[in-house]
Amino acid sequence: MTFSTIGTVARRGANGFERKRTDVAGGLFKAVILSALVVSLLVLAVLLIDTVADAWSQLSTRTWDFLNGSLRSRSIDDKLGVKQGLYGSFWIGVFVALTAFPIGVGAAIYLEEYANKSRLAAVIELVIRNLAGVPSVVYGLLGLFLFVERSTIFGFVGLGWLADATGGRSVLSAGLTLAVLVLPIVIITAQEAVRSVPSGLKEGAYGLGATKSEMVRTQILPYAAPGILTGTLLAMSRAIGEAAPLILVGAITGGLTRNPELWDTSGLREKFTALPIIIVEWVSERGRDPGFSEAAAAAIVVLLVLVLLLNMTAILLRNRFEKKRG
Amino acid sequence: METPDSVPGSLSLAALAGSPRRVRKERLISRVMFCAALVSVVVSALIIYALFSEAWIFMRDVDWSSTWGELGWFPRRGIYDMPTLLVASLWTTLIAMIVAAPLGMGAAIYLSEYARPTDRAILKPILEILAGIPSVVLGFFALLWLAPNVVAHIGGEGGRGSMLTAGIGVGILTVPLVASISEDAMAAVPKSLREASAGLGARNAVTTVRVVLPAAVSGLVASLIVAVSRALGETMVVFMAGGAADAAIRTYSPYDGSLTMPSAMASLASGTDQVVGEGLTFQSLFFVGLVLFLLTLGLNLVGDRFVNRVREQY
Repeated sequence: MTFSTIGTVARRGANGFERKRTDVAGGLFKAVILSALVVSLLVLAVLLIDTVADAWSQLSTRTWDFLNGSLRSRSIDDKLGVKQGLYGSFWIGVFVALTAFPIGVGAAIYLEEYANKSRLAAVIELVIRNLAGVPSVVYGLLGLFLFVERSTIFGFVGLGWLADATGGRSVLSAGLTLAVLVLPIVIITAQEAVRSVPSGLKEGAYGLGATKSEMVRTQILPYAAPGILTGTLLAMSRAIGEAAPLILVGAITGGLTRNPELWDTSGLREKFTALPIIIVEWVSERGRDPGFSEAAAAAIVVLLVLVLLLNMTAILLRNRFEKKRG
Repeated sequence: METPDSVPGSLSLAALAGSPRRVRKERLISRVMFCAALVSVVVSALIIYALFSEAWIFMRDVDWSSTWGELGWFPRRGIYDMPTLLVASLWTTLIAMIVAAPLGMGAAIYLSEYARPTDRAILKPILEILAGIPSVVLGFFALLWLAPNVVAHIGGEGGRGSMLTAGIGVGILTVPLVASISEDAMAAVPKSLREASAGLGARNAVTTVRVVLPAAVSGLVASLIVAVSRALGETMVVFMAGGAADAAIRTYSPYDGSLTMPSAMASLASGTDQVVGEGLTFQSLFFVGLVLFLLTLGLNLVGDRFVNRVREQY
């Protein structure tokens, strides 16, 4: 019997003896608590409605042109658009998936299956937990130090080759910085997924003569895949929405001369911008021309569609598998 | 007499050891996994090294009188008044907590103690959507909606950003964080406590206030500590809605614009395509970063301890 039904029975019992007494204080408490939730949800609703309303003038008339426009000034209105930002954000997502995903999953499997609760593993776990709480600007400093500046460590380990490889202030540097930023998220969610694999499956594999890596490949990875995927999608949506590290790594707020197609990899080591950066820039220019706040709202709608699609896929995926496995 | 391992058809030691190729492959895979796990440790070490090495140059070369007691934060002119940033960080964080603590905890209490499972299944994902909204979006919302529609009615100016505007924006951003940690803490309180309370005739509200909340108090404190740490490190909302561009005069009024530690860093790095200015501008970035890093790290460690206390108790 659940708690709430017990409560109802108890209350009914009491009411049987006394005259019906309305629970004023209790009702008030519930109303206050409920209003906290309602206010939070209302804020979300106002935010979404207000943004879409602001964005309407751009998106309703020229959605495609806005997505495809490369110019970021309003002097020629036809060419105003977010294409260069989409290019940056798209490739940032790709780099996060290509680097944070394999490293994160590998780390999670090591910690859950190989480490055997050693002291070293405990230290690594502590480090990961603390990394998850480091502010994103600090990751920006790391990116600046590691991928942009030609730094040396203790005066003799040169990192100039890294800056050469990434091209300094480039999409590549930004993508790698954000991959480092979301790595703890990928590891922690993947660890939870790996932990949820029933030990019967693992023992069954061992019983049939599988080695540890074979067991991981044939049992753990397939079973944990939805959970791992959920974590990776959440990490990608977080990375696409981040702006602070990009500013530190040196995203360009002015216009770019190059305007590569989405699949054109030749722009990866060049100067770059990204969707959140364009939003910041347009918001700051609204004093010059109020039309920029509408453009910023339209860019936000584009960003939100990307981020929320990733998020909702992740949440739905998780709920579906939670239900299935009860 | 023959040794046992040469008896035909019986198990031998060599057979139990497995094929050497397989063993080698296993060892290689386990090393690769170990390296993947080490990446996080290396990243941490690099963060700490980068912060300390550059901040050290700043601390060695800076004229310390320019970091305390000047009239504001003017990094490009060699004036690095830390109290300016600290006061602004305190104000925005305080305002954020005034917004986030009641909203987040209230939502958590409702979801955990009152909502029916079917409602929960809808409401929780919506809160998670709020958690997934990028901070630039909140910055835009704070500056263009909160400032004219909310801040203007409580004594501020609607047309520009201020610490108050930014603080409310940061608060909204941390609501889902407070809610999810608080809810986890209340979920960890055993059902038997609630049932015992109900059995004694306590109403739902009384059970919540007198039984569940005291039992979950460490988790609730943890949610606030983690939220403070998150608010201190929040960059974009303050950068966009904080009402100061690349320099700030020291002010103690939340109605004024100012720079917090992270937004000062972002504004130093933006605009031009290089961090330029007076000699130590680049290093000052790392110095502020170091202060911020140590503060948030300390808060997170304390918060973690509180979370673990709930887990150990039940």
